[in-house]
Amino acid sequence: MTLTIPALRVRNVRRRRRHPLGVCLAVAFLLVVALAGLLAPLLAPHPPDATSLSDSLLPPGSRDHWLGTDATGRDVLSRLMYGARLSLLAPLGVVLLSGLLGTTIGLIAARAGGWADAVLSRGMDIVFAFPSLLLAMLVVAVSGPGLAAPICALAVSYTPFVGRVVRSVAIQEGARPYMESYRVMGFGEVWVTVRHLLPNVLPVLIAQSALSFGYALVDLASLSYLGLGVRPPDADWGSMISQARSDLLQGAPWSALIPGVAVLLTVVSVNVLGEHLGGSVGRTRREGDHA
Amino acid sequence: MPEDHDALAIADLSLAVGATPLLADVTVRVGRGETVGLVGESGSGKSLTARTALGMRPRGARATGSVTVAGVDVLTAGRRTLRDLRRTRVSMVFQDPRASINPVRRVGDYLTEGLRARGVPAREATERALDLLGQVGIRDPRGALRRFPHEFSGGMLQRVVIAGALSTEPDLLLADEPTTALDVTTQAEVVGLLRTMQRAHGTGMLFVTHDLDLAAALCDRVYVMYAGRIVEEAAGSSLFAAPAHPYTRALLEASPSVHGDRVAIKAVRGRPRALAEAPSGCAFRDRCPLAGDDCAETVPAPRAHGTSRVACLRPEQVTP
Repeated sequence: MTLTIPALRVRNVRRRRRHPLGVCLAVAFLLVVALAGLLAPLLAPHPPDATSLSDSLLPPGSRDHWLGTDATGRDVLSRLMYGARLSLLAPLGVVLLSGLLGTTIGLIAARAGGWADAVLSRGMDIVFAFPSLLLAMLVVAVSGPGLAAPICALAVSYTPFVGRVVRSVAIQEGARPYMESYRVMGFGEVWVTVRHLLPNVLPVLIAQSALSFGYALVDLASLSYLGLGVRPPDADWGSMISQARSDLLQGAPWSALIPGVAVLLTVVSVNVLGEHLGGSVGRTRREGDHA
Repeated sequence: MPEDHDALAIADLSLAVGATPLLADVTVRVGRGETVGLVGESGSGKSLTARTALGMRPRGARATGSVTVAGVDVLTAGRRTLRDLRRTRVSMVFQDPRASINPVRRVGDYLTEGLRARGVPAREATERALDLLGQVGIRDPRGALRRFPHEFSGGMLQRVVIAGALSTEPDLLLADEPTTALDVTTQAEVVGLLRTMQRAHGTGMLFVTHDLDLAAALCDRVYVMYAGRIVEEAAGSSLFAAPAHPYTRALLEASPSVHGDRVAIKAVRGRPRALAEAPSGCAFRDRCPLAGDDCAETVPAPRAHGTSRVACLRPEQVTP
């Protein structure tokens, strides 16, 4: 009896440390993509925009072109690696911006309550009702193509997603007794909110950000596909798919499929990771509550 | 700030939200270094009274009378004055330590945050936190600073909260049922600790509890509250021997004793009233065995009886 107890405890500790296989795979994939983007100039076998008409539409597995080439003979692997930079950075910008905006608005709405809450919440509802792609296209139409405009537009249209979640959790947490105990210690509302409420909102914020990242990647790819985002000769995965449309008709699906798969896998990985992070932060928190 | 101010002086405090009265003519005084008990059933207004000392009133409440903490008028104080008051002069220990500390912050943060906010340098604040943790009997204070609240037991965490409450050297410590959420053996330790710490730091303490026996044993003076009013004020030592208000006597008779002969426990008949639903005249008269017609006429004014002040028409029938 006495021997089994320490053994049990060891196993529990180990199980808590180990992450699920899916999460490991997701992290590994994202690291590979990020590194490929970062080190593209060193690793890429060809320049991303070097055309060679004699090598057009080579299938994957060809010598010198592992993932094949597109209609103008550009190396798909090299373009994929260079494309990873914009494809990851742009959604990151959207997530950071919308996270910042949404958290600020959500916290203010939750803490201020009353008419401030009503105004902010209805404002978020209005933005929420507006399709994000439409807003982005509108902004691009006004400001001309380029990445800054769609990033800002998407950030604005994602803000209510973050804001609503932050607001509801902040209201819940704000009603806990510890909030009052810090107020009794003579701390102002802003201090208590930022130092004590915000860390308790963080788990949902992380999970929501991961979701937003996935949506933003797809939305930005759609914009690029429509020719409203990245302009050639720059490449992101969306514009690669867009430019490969004609290749599809010529019986060469890889130049569209491969960046498509890259988008898919990245979105799935980020979601898996985000869910895990949000969940584990939340778990420590709940354990802390009941211990 | 002159030293002759009481730590807490509440005089003729009445509190009402809309047409609903919550407190009526409450007068409570806590001298410097004095331990004062505030006893009553749930809903009697004892926590409400303690909270007004922090300037925390229910939303939309109107208050009359006066509340001063170390000479500072709380009822008329602005936001800034209140904040300074809370930072430096009053601290509060809550019922459930687990609920009153942010679970995601380390204990060290909790203890030094208040000091840091007042401009104490980080190193000094840490030294002070270590010293206090030692005083409240936490082993390995240095390690404790790095730990999270959930790594402590309830009793240990309440010690941390007490250390935090005393870290600002307040004039007044409000203890709102600080032992209710703890198990019985820990309760005794925490109460003992509160008493020693309060003596060592010369802090006035208002001990809010529903446990009359505990209050009588711990406190220099005890106020008994019923339905938003103070019905009796007595020295802690004389409360057992000579309760002057029928309600106090009823409470004492309702709690089981481990000493002396076996006596049947007498429950107080009826249920406790809030001020808003109390009968006219003496609020306790519908539950009082001594009540007569005259009790319905006016609210009895507090008067001296023996060593107590009591709001009852016939205290001589309670203790001859």
